[in-house]
This record gives sequence, C-alpha cells and structure tokens, in this order.
Amino acid sequence: MADQLLEITGLNKHFGGIFATENVNLSVERGTIHAVIGPNGAGKTTLIAQLSGQLKPDSGNIEFDGRSIINDSVATRARMGIARSFQITSVVMPMTLLENVMLAVQGGSGHSFGFWSPVHRDRAMETSAMSSLAEVGLEDRARRTAANVSHGEQRQLEVAMALAMKPRMLLLDEPMAGMGKEEGAMMIDILKRLRGDMTILLIEHDMDAVFSLADQLSVMVNGHVIATDTVENIRANKEVQKAYLGDGHA
Amino acid sequence: MDWNLLVTQLMNGLQLGLLLFLLASGLTLIFGIMDFINLSHGSFYMIGAYFCGTIVAKTGSFVTGIIVGLIGVFIIGALVEWLIARKLYRKDHLDHVLVTFGLILIFDTLVHLLWGASGMAIPLPDVLNGQLSFGGLVLPTYRLLIIVAGLLVAAILFILVTKTRLGMLVRAGASNRTMVEALGVNIDRLFLVVFALGAAMAGLAGMLIAPITEASIGMGNDIIIVAFVVVIVGGIGSVKGAFYAALIIGLIDTLSRSYLDQLLTLTMPGNYAETAAPALSAMLIYILMAAVLAFRPQGLFPIAGVK
Amino acid sequence: MSWLPANLSGRSYALLLAILALAPFILEWANQPFYLDLLSRALILGIAAISLNLILGFGGMISLGHAAYIGIGAYCVGIPSYYDYYNGWLHLALALSVSAIFALITGAISLRTKGVYFIMITMAFSQMVFFTFLSMEEYGADDGLVIYSRSEFPEWLSMDSGVSLYYWVFAMLLLSLMFTHRLVHARFGRVIVGSRFNEQRMQALGFNTYRYRLTCYVISAMMCSVAGMLFGNFAGFISPDIMGWARSGELIFMVIIGGVATFFGPLVGTIVFVLLEEFLSAITVYWHLIFGVMLVALVLFGKGGIHGWLSSWDRKEADHG
Repeated sequence: MADQLLEITGLNKHFGGIFATENVNLSVERGTIHAVIGPNGAGKTTLIAQLSGQLKPDSGNIEFDGRSIINDSVATRARMGIARSFQITSVVMPMTLLENVMLAVQGGSGHSFGFWSPVHRDRAMETSAMSSLAEVGLEDRARRTAANVSHGEQRQLEVAMALAMKPRMLLLDEPMAGMGKEEGAMMIDILKRLRGDMTILLIEHDMDAVFSLADQLSVMVNGHVIATDTVENIRANKEVQKAYLGDGHA
Repeated sequence: MDWNLLVTQLMNGLQLGLLLFLLASGLTLIFGIMDFINLSHGSFYMIGAYFCGTIVAKTGSFVTGIIVGLIGVFIIGALVEWLIARKLYRKDHLDHVLVTFGLILIFDTLVHLLWGASGMAIPLPDVLNGQLSFGGLVLPTYRLLIIVAGLLVAAILFILVTKTRLGMLVRAGASNRTMVEALGVNIDRLFLVVFALGAAMAGLAGMLIAPITEASIGMGNDIIIVAFVVVIVGGIGSVKGAFYAALIIGLIDTLSRSYLDQLLTLTMPGNYAETAAPALSAMLIYILMAAVLAFRPQGLFPIAGVK
Repeated sequence: MSWLPANLSGRSYALLLAILALAPFILEWANQPFYLDLLSRALILGIAAISLNLILGFGGMISLGHAAYIGIGAYCVGIPSYYDYYNGWLHLALALSVSAIFALITGAISLRTKGVYFIMITMAFSQMVFFTFLSMEEYGADDGLVIYSRSEFPEWLSMDSGVSLYYWVFAMLLLSLMFTHRLVHARFGRVIVGSRFNEQRMQALGFNTYRYRLTCYVISAMMCSVAGMLFGNFAGFISPDIMGWARSGELIFMVIIGGVATFFGPLVGTIVFVLLEEFLSAITVYWHLIFGVMLVALVLFGKGGIHGWLSSWDRKEADHG
C-alpha cells in the first residue's frame, strides 16, 4: 500500500442527535493533494476541526505518519507538522502581515521562550517570513496591518502562515473562499507547485480548482464519505452525481 | 462536646450562608444573563443597611425600615442599571471592572458625606432581642429570624425562577442570551428587573446583618469577594448553585474558625495548630474554590446547557 | 518599530527619565525634600504598574489581584526583619521565590479560566493572601508590622538614606522598563501579544498558550514583588491593607490612565495617579468621590471606553511598522 501520511478510521462526532461526521474513513498519501468536497453542512469543517485537534471525536482514530494523534492538543499537532488554515479568517488583526508570518515561523521552529533578542532584528526569521509572503504574492504588502488588507489578501495570509510553519501536512479549509478570480488562480498555482513536496488535505467549493488540483477526491454528504477516488472516476460516479454534483452542476 | 456551641456555630454558619446567598443570587444572575461583572454589588449591601437604619431611627419600626429600605435599594439598583450598567454590556470586561470600581468609590464617599465616617447602629425591637429555648438549647431570636427570612426569600426566588414567566426568561437568558432577544422579549426591561432585584436582595442582606455588626462604610467590599467565590463554586448563572454553594461556604467558614484548631491538634503539636488554624481557615474557602475550578470548572450545580 | 503613543516621542520619555534621575538634586535645590518621598512611592508603584501592564496590557489577562504581590514582597522584608534577619539579598531572594511559587500555583489554576471567571478568581486569591496575613497575629495582623531597619546591602549598595533608597527604586524602575521592552519584542513577547488577540490562531501555530501565559504571569508577579520589597523598605510599616483587591483596582487604574500596552504608560499613569491623590486629598476628604467619577466618566465617555483606546493603540502602533 502506498505511503499514507494521514489515516482516518471510523471517525464519529455528534452534537445532540446529529452526526456531524459518521464513520469517516479517509487516507491521504504522502505528497498528494486530497480534496474533500460536499454541500454545506456535510461535515467537512467538523472533519478538519477533529484533524487539527480543535474537536475531540466521539470515536475513531487518526494516525499521522503512523502514530495516533487522537489525544494530542491543537498546539502539539501543529508542532508535529500539521498546519491549518481556517475557513473563517483567523489571523492576528492588529499585527502586520510580516509580523503574522514571523509568528508562524516561530511556531515552526521549536519553542519561543526567548526573552531577550528582539524579533525584528532576527534577519533569518524575517527572510524566512518574507519568502513565505512572496510565495503567496504578498511581499509588497508585508508591512501593512492585517486588518487593513482586503479579505482575499487575508485568505492569502492564512496560507502564507501555514506554509511558513514548514509543515509536513497542510489542512486547508476553503482557502479560496472570498477570493477574486486572479487571487484564486494564484492560489491554484501555489498549490500546484507544492504538490509532491507537501501533503495537502483541501476542502474547497471551487470545482475548477478541485478538479485541476486533486490527486484524490472524497465526497462528503451528511457526515458520510460516500466516495473516494480519482477526479475522473468521481465525475463519472452516478451516486455522487445524484447526491451532489447532479442538480445544477455541469 | 459542647452541644450548645456546636448548634450555635451551625446556626451562624447557616446564617452566613443565607446572607451570602442573598448577595450571590443577584450576582450570579447578572453575570450569567448580562455577562456583567459588578464589583459594586457590595455597595447595595451597604446602602440597604444605611437606608434601613435611617428609617428605623426616624420611625422606630424595624419592619418599616426593611420595607422602605428594600424599595429604596431597588430604585437605586434600577438607576445604576439604567444610567451606567446598560451602557457597558457590549463593552470589555475591563471596562466593567473600572466603572464598578469607580462606583464603589462614589458610593462609599456619598455614604461618608451623608452619614458621617463612624458607623450606624440599628437597634432592634425588644421582641427580637431575646432568646428562644428549644429543649436544652438556647438560641438568639434575631439570628433565627435571619435564617427564616433567608430561607423564605430563597423559597420565593425559587418559585419565581421556576414557576413564573419572568423566571423562565431569566433561566433562558442565563444560558442563551441571543435566543431570548430573538424571541422579541423586551430585553432592556428584563435586565433592569434582574439587576434591581439583585440589588434589593443584596440590600436585604445588609439590612439583616446591620443590627448585629453595625452599618459601616465599605462593609460590602470584603464580603462581596466571598459572594464571588460562591458564584464560582455554585456555577455562574445558577441560582440553585448559589444556594447550595452559599450554605456550604457559610458553614465551612464558620465551623473552621471554631473547630479547625482542635482538628489540627490531632495531627500536629498544639502551638503549631494554634498559629496555623486561623491562617488555614482563612484560606479554606479559596482552596475549595480552587478545587472546584480544577475538577469541575463549570461549578457544582451548573445551569443546563453549560458543558 | 515605535511602541509609544503617537503623541509623545522617545525624546519626551528620555527627558522624563533624566528628570527622575536628577530628582534628588533638583528637589534639594528647590528645598522640597518631601517630594522625594512622594516620588519614591510613585516610582515603586510604577514598577508594580509596569509588571501588571505586562500581563494586562500586553497579555490581555485582567488580574484584579496583583497587589497581593506587593504585599508578599513587603512581608518578605517584614517577617525576616521581625526575626532580625536584615540581609537585603535574603529579602530579595525571598520576595522573588515566594511570589514565583504563589504565582505558579494560583496562575496555574486561574489561567484555565477566562473572562469574568479569571477576574473573579484573581480577586479571590488576593483576598486569600490578605486574610492569611490578617490572621497572623504574630506579625501584627490588623495593626501592621513595623520594619525597624532597612534591608542591608554592601555599603556601596546601601539603601539606608532617603536618597539612596530613591536610587535603588530608580535603578529597579529602569531595569523593569528595559526588561519589559526586551521581553515584549522578543519571541516570548510576540506569543503573549498574539495570544491576547487571537488565541485560536496561536495554538494552531503550535504554541501552548497556557504555558506561555503562565510563565508571563509568574514573571510579572516576581517583578511586582520587587516593588513590594522596595515598598517595605520605603514605608517602614506594612499591613495587609496594602494588598487588598481595592489596591489591585488602583493599580489597574494607573495602568489605564497611562496607556495600556505601552512601555512608559504605566509609569506616567502612576505618577499622575499619585500626584492626583496627593493634590485632591489636600482639597477635600471626599476626594475618592472625584476619583470614582473620573473613572466612570473615563470609561463611559472616553473614546469608546478602554477597548477603544486599545484598538486605537493597535492601529497607531501597527502602522508605525
């Protein structure tokens, strides 16, 4: 069997009487882009929340690089190399883009119990942060406050921060939501470049992006994964068409 | 075993517990429903005592003092809510802390201005000054009255909260504020009533204790912290929690002061026990609070819907 | 990167420090030695305010119990002195370690909570300290404790005279300012500030925010205990009153009027507070009323409350880049 960086088995999470994720099984092969699609409320964000450690599943297991991470905290998993971008932009608004990314660089480089050396004189950290910003095309706005850039640019910042952590795996929750056409195209380019070196689990609604990027595609409906396969096979899958792609999608 | 002492201390503990309940119930509802931290809640305790004392001095009637005093504190509470608290609900907790801290300074100084620096004694009618005998036990009448009054208010509050529409709104508001607003309820009036009612109960506590301890400036500022501890231990927003937590804390505090040194002498030499006991009994309720936070942070009797 | 409020430049603060450094001479020349006492007290409280600002201003942790550490520091001078142990290094070491241990234990518990809970719990713990000292008859309890002689240091470091104590205080103040400045700009400080604005994001970046905050809390407590140790020496008489939660409220007030999350703000705020207190109490015995009204007005009408100040600071500071 190919090298699975992430293995999810039997993941269950319910709120009250509703199953947000029910018996989800999913594997992501190292170096590939695995996209998850599905209608709103299908449980995709709940899935990511359980993977990143924000939510504790009721049952099931998550293995990262062969090791179960089910009991690890958000911060621990992040330090292990799992970087997440949020569906609702979650950056440090009053700080500049550069400061935000430098925090991510810090996060990816061991502990931050340094009490003395000023961070803004750390050339290596600044260079590293700037290169992450450059990857998403934000380097010329590095000294603008996060609150003062456009929504799309904030989404790009989210991705830049995830990359700056030098992670082993990216969990991207609708990175292109709210982005214009140009920004979206740039994001697709970035993700294409990353493929092979980086393992990515991607939730997206933008079908063009998904079809052009995904090595594997999982379809979620009502908390279940109803199909996992290559893009062509999923497009041809009758069940998927009926449940999701069918009405109104070409 | 001195039974009379034990029963007296149990009564004192019960009394303290019920007074704490009067203070904490308003506090817990205000925290729970309005998410408002009111450091000056103890000022209502003080104002109640002074109002009552003034009226007793003028009319000679303790009952009139209580009734008019309650109305007075209710009005003051309503005014504070209307003029000040209301403007702060959407603001940071730090703002609440600063404003209500300022209110304490204002109220303390106003009391100083109006009634002078020395405290005010409130004489009790003779009928309440005596003692009652039960079997071999002799208990002060007034303290019994406080206990009875406290239990009565608790019962009324219980009925209010569980059996009336207002109570239902209060309980709903404690666990889901936005939903209550969405229901089209006049949230402003609800908050006003809750705040003023809480103030009135704090005032009642002050009035009840003042004949024993004297009304004095800043009398509410230390006991309010214990009320906060009660709220935390009982669970924010939970009146039932406030009731049980208040009784537990009242009893622990009172009994430990009397008996902890004897308990400690079982485990350590007498002179150590004598110095350690007062310090330890002072810390006991805070240790309890810490334990609750460590093992059951939502409180001992949290309202439903709180994890 | 400028961290100062936009309307005051670095030069103004350098001037302030220079004046403070020369204060004993200036006051001697102006024949107003009483004011040296006032200034000493202001600077001591300034150190406490700077320490509080670390967790409150920069870290967003609203502690209503910080005065407890002033008390701990002061009694770490008072109690050894009671037993005739006057060694200054001992006092200092005790203050730092006792405050660190107390902060570690209470912080570990308090920091598991947020918002209203956290405020109440810090208040409760400081009351606990207050009542504990109040119950210790041996050390004066309510009547207080007299400290007959100042902490003993080698002759060149002595704090025996009013002027030498003042320079002790001034030196500690400089250290606090410098240390805070370094800390906030260092890796650690960035995590603390980031956690104040978006804890979820910080955890997603791999930071165990609880541990960072707890460390910050302990550091802040230790700094505050130094202020307490200095206070014990300055006042010569201490009582549990110096550590009640009302004192903590005053500390918060000092931090606020100076400007939250700035480096010199707490110092400026403290000096203003102490001068106001001195000035107003000379006018009327009811000066607390004026204070209270000021506080209420400040929050209700001052630019959207303190939070408004916080956000306006954020924009100003960030745009300096």
